[in-house]
Amino acid sequence: MPEVIKIKKGVDIKLQGSAEKIYASTAAPSTYALKPGDFPAIRLKLSVKEGDEVQAGDAVFFDKDRSDILFTSPVSGEVVEVVRGEKRKILEVRILADQDIKYRDFGSSKPSDLSREDVKAKMLKSGCWPFVRQRPYNIIANPNRAPRDIYVSCFDSAPLAPDADFVVHGQEAEFKLGIQALQQLTDGKVHLGVDGSNNPSEAFTGIDDTVVTRYKGPHPAGNVGVQIHATAPINKGETVWTLNFQDVIIIGRLFKEGKFDAQRSMALCGSQVLKPRYYKLTMGANLKTLLEEGLKPTDNRIISGNVLTGSHVNFEGYLGFYDSQVTVIPEGGDPRFFGWLTPNLDQFSISRALFNWTMPNKALKLDASLNGEERAFVVTGEYDKVFPFDIYPVQLIKSIMVKDIEAMENLGIYEVAEEDFALCEVVCTSKIPVQETVREGLNMMLNELGD
Amino acid sequence: MKLFKNILEGIKPTFEKGGKLEKLYPVYDGFATFLFVPGHTTHTGAHVRDGIDLKRTMVTVILALVPALLFGMWNAGHMHYNALGESVEFMDKFLWGAMKIVPMIVVSYGVGLGVEFIFCVIKKHQIQEGYLVSGMLIPLIMPIDIPLWMVAMSVIFAVVIGKEVFGGTGMNILNPALTARAFAFFAYPSYMSGDKVWINTSTAEGQFVVDGFSGATVLGDLATNGTTQYSSMDMFLGFIPGSIGETSTVAILIGAVVLLFTGIGSWKIMLSGLIGAITMGLIFNAVAPYAISPEQQSFMAVPYWQQLIMGGFAFGLVFMATDPVSASQTDRGKWIYGFLVGLFAIMIRVFNPAYPEGIMLAILFMNVMAPLIDHYVIEANITKRKKRLKAKVA
Repeated sequence: MPEVIKIKKGVDIKLQGSAEKIYASTAAPSTYALKPGDFPAIRLKLSVKEGDEVQAGDAVFFDKDRSDILFTSPVSGEVVEVVRGEKRKILEVRILADQDIKYRDFGSSKPSDLSREDVKAKMLKSGCWPFVRQRPYNIIANPNRAPRDIYVSCFDSAPLAPDADFVVHGQEAEFKLGIQALQQLTDGKVHLGVDGSNNPSEAFTGIDDTVVTRYKGPHPAGNVGVQIHATAPINKGETVWTLNFQDVIIIGRLFKEGKFDAQRSMALCGSQVLKPRYYKLTMGANLKTLLEEGLKPTDNRIISGNVLTGSHVNFEGYLGFYDSQVTVIPEGGDPRFFGWLTPNLDQFSISRALFNWTMPNKALKLDASLNGEERAFVVTGEYDKVFPFDIYPVQLIKSIMVKDIEAMENLGIYEVAEEDFALCEVVCTSKIPVQETVREGLNMMLNELGD
Repeated sequence: MKLFKNILEGIKPTFEKGGKLEKLYPVYDGFATFLFVPGHTTHTGAHVRDGIDLKRTMVTVILALVPALLFGMWNAGHMHYNALGESVEFMDKFLWGAMKIVPMIVVSYGVGLGVEFIFCVIKKHQIQEGYLVSGMLIPLIMPIDIPLWMVAMSVIFAVVIGKEVFGGTGMNILNPALTARAFAFFAYPSYMSGDKVWINTSTAEGQFVVDGFSGATVLGDLATNGTTQYSSMDMFLGFIPGSIGETSTVAILIGAVVLLFTGIGSWKIMLSGLIGAITMGLIFNAVAPYAISPEQQSFMAVPYWQQLIMGGFAFGLVFMATDPVSASQTDRGKWIYGFLVGLFAIMIRVFNPAYPEGIMLAILFMNVMAPLIDHYVIEANITKRKKRLKAKVA
């Protein structure tokens, strides 16, 4: 029986619109896009131009500084548009998909028969490498480093997140192959974190030579950073690689079928979705056909990802590289008359100064209102309630704000990523942009020290 | 509601860039956001946010102060008419007190917010809510007979030197309300000490102060005579002279319940402060026989639990020591900070009869020490992290 670790700090934000466990089908999206914005702290160079034909698995762009890291097209078709923003920064590379997807063949093979270098080369060439991210810095892993361990969180505790057991069902073999491939990449162990509140799927617990740990508690128990911290915290100089469990399945597929098939099970959820359900959708898919299935006719905020860390997209936006969830909530933004005095039963709060403590189990219909204005740090101790690390969050943020590299290092920045601070940002009375600040800090460290 | 919205929209251009009063935009913004929580939506980071904001936090503290305020109004009248030997109706006492105290509140808010507005206009900052609580605390910790101009001077000193020079709300080292109290105490010592200011004894024609009347507070009595005329029950309920809001432990406890239940006041600070005060009280009880003077001996012999209900200890611990900006910010630091506040409050009160109350100086002293406490708490965390690395390497 795997060890059970209790995560005490944190909070589950209960939202309306969790996805029913049925796969619905939708018309195939016509376009797909890769968004460089999904990859922090990276400089990219295009390897295609508008009008080029690509197959699924052909490089679209690559990392300028580590040119063996390729980002490949999830579908076959024509590169129709490169959307650029300020200073010609690439925002999206759009690909018009063929009716029948042609996959580039990378050859099927058993990971256990391959050497570490072969596994690595195959993942790099096919575009699976960007799924592997490293701590410190939460960036795409440096393939030339050997990680101490590899961590995969096999459940997602974020609001309305897809159910891991439901998703993995039918893909057990691919998941196992993916884990076996990862085992080739490290001298350490592959750690799997599973949900401790119920009996997790055999798919996660039944793989040889892995360390399975059960985590019990509120979000962020499912965050891989929390799991690393609870088992073997990252010290200065160490590197740990992390992956989403759905991406492990995609890697497994690469070894099983020899193709880059980046299809995921994703949940369309949130209070503004008429029928929240699961869909099988390929990474980078245009969301229009999906969203046309039915949203409430309000001013909506469409989020690729969950409400804590996802990115804001529009009705014709694309599914993010790492996302397996699309959440739709009302945009909100109506000024509230004496809003600081009214009971505000419809809002979420960890403070009892609002009155929703009277109904702790009610699923809420939250909108994207900031509910206040940015202020200096005043209230203390509130981040600590939702931050299950032996790290002082406010002090770390302050050290980032004053750009004190040494203090950041001392206070434990190597262990954390933006997502670990998402709840701090939610509960902040002073509405401080915490995740953005943490990213700035990580980028500063990265520039100073390199990966 | 619509009306307010229209008015705000109507006058907005005057305050915006290019308008006649563009310099006063922070003042406009302050009023507009007071009436309406602005409809901003998130544009970076998490898409949903907690419903709480700083205004809500501050208002909750003010609500927690209301019992102490109302009791203070009644008690001021009660003490006044007692001194004159007259017995009057409940409402008359209350109204008499209100007539004295409401002007103090008006002066405190008027002057304090005025100074804040000026600074915001100069620095082009948004108006932050910090003064909402300070503005209510300041009248409550002043004696009833303080002239309004002294209140005004103290407020100006507190806001300018106590807060704005450090950068405004959230940046100050000392609790602004206590800064005001300390200013009044040290700037007008002949007025603020002694036993004249705690009970108003102004007489109209035909009224006389009763024979043998003493306006001294419990602590004043104890420091000079070693005894007091007031019973423990009087102290607990608040029928004693003292600063306006501090007398009734019951009213303060109601406020404490609000702060603790909402989680806005730190229970760690309150509990450890209580433990600190009890510790010091018990030590004094134990060593009382060795005191140097008979007055001090009887003061030290006051049962430790009585120390908790006299003077400003309860008020200070509940409402001022828990100020998150000037207190310790780490959990472990809060335990140390609170404990020492309690300890020093009782120590100063008993050992130094020149000060009528120790809690003010104890909190201000610990405000200064709080960053140091936090520093060592965080250093310990850093050392732990470095040790982990060393263990790994070794």
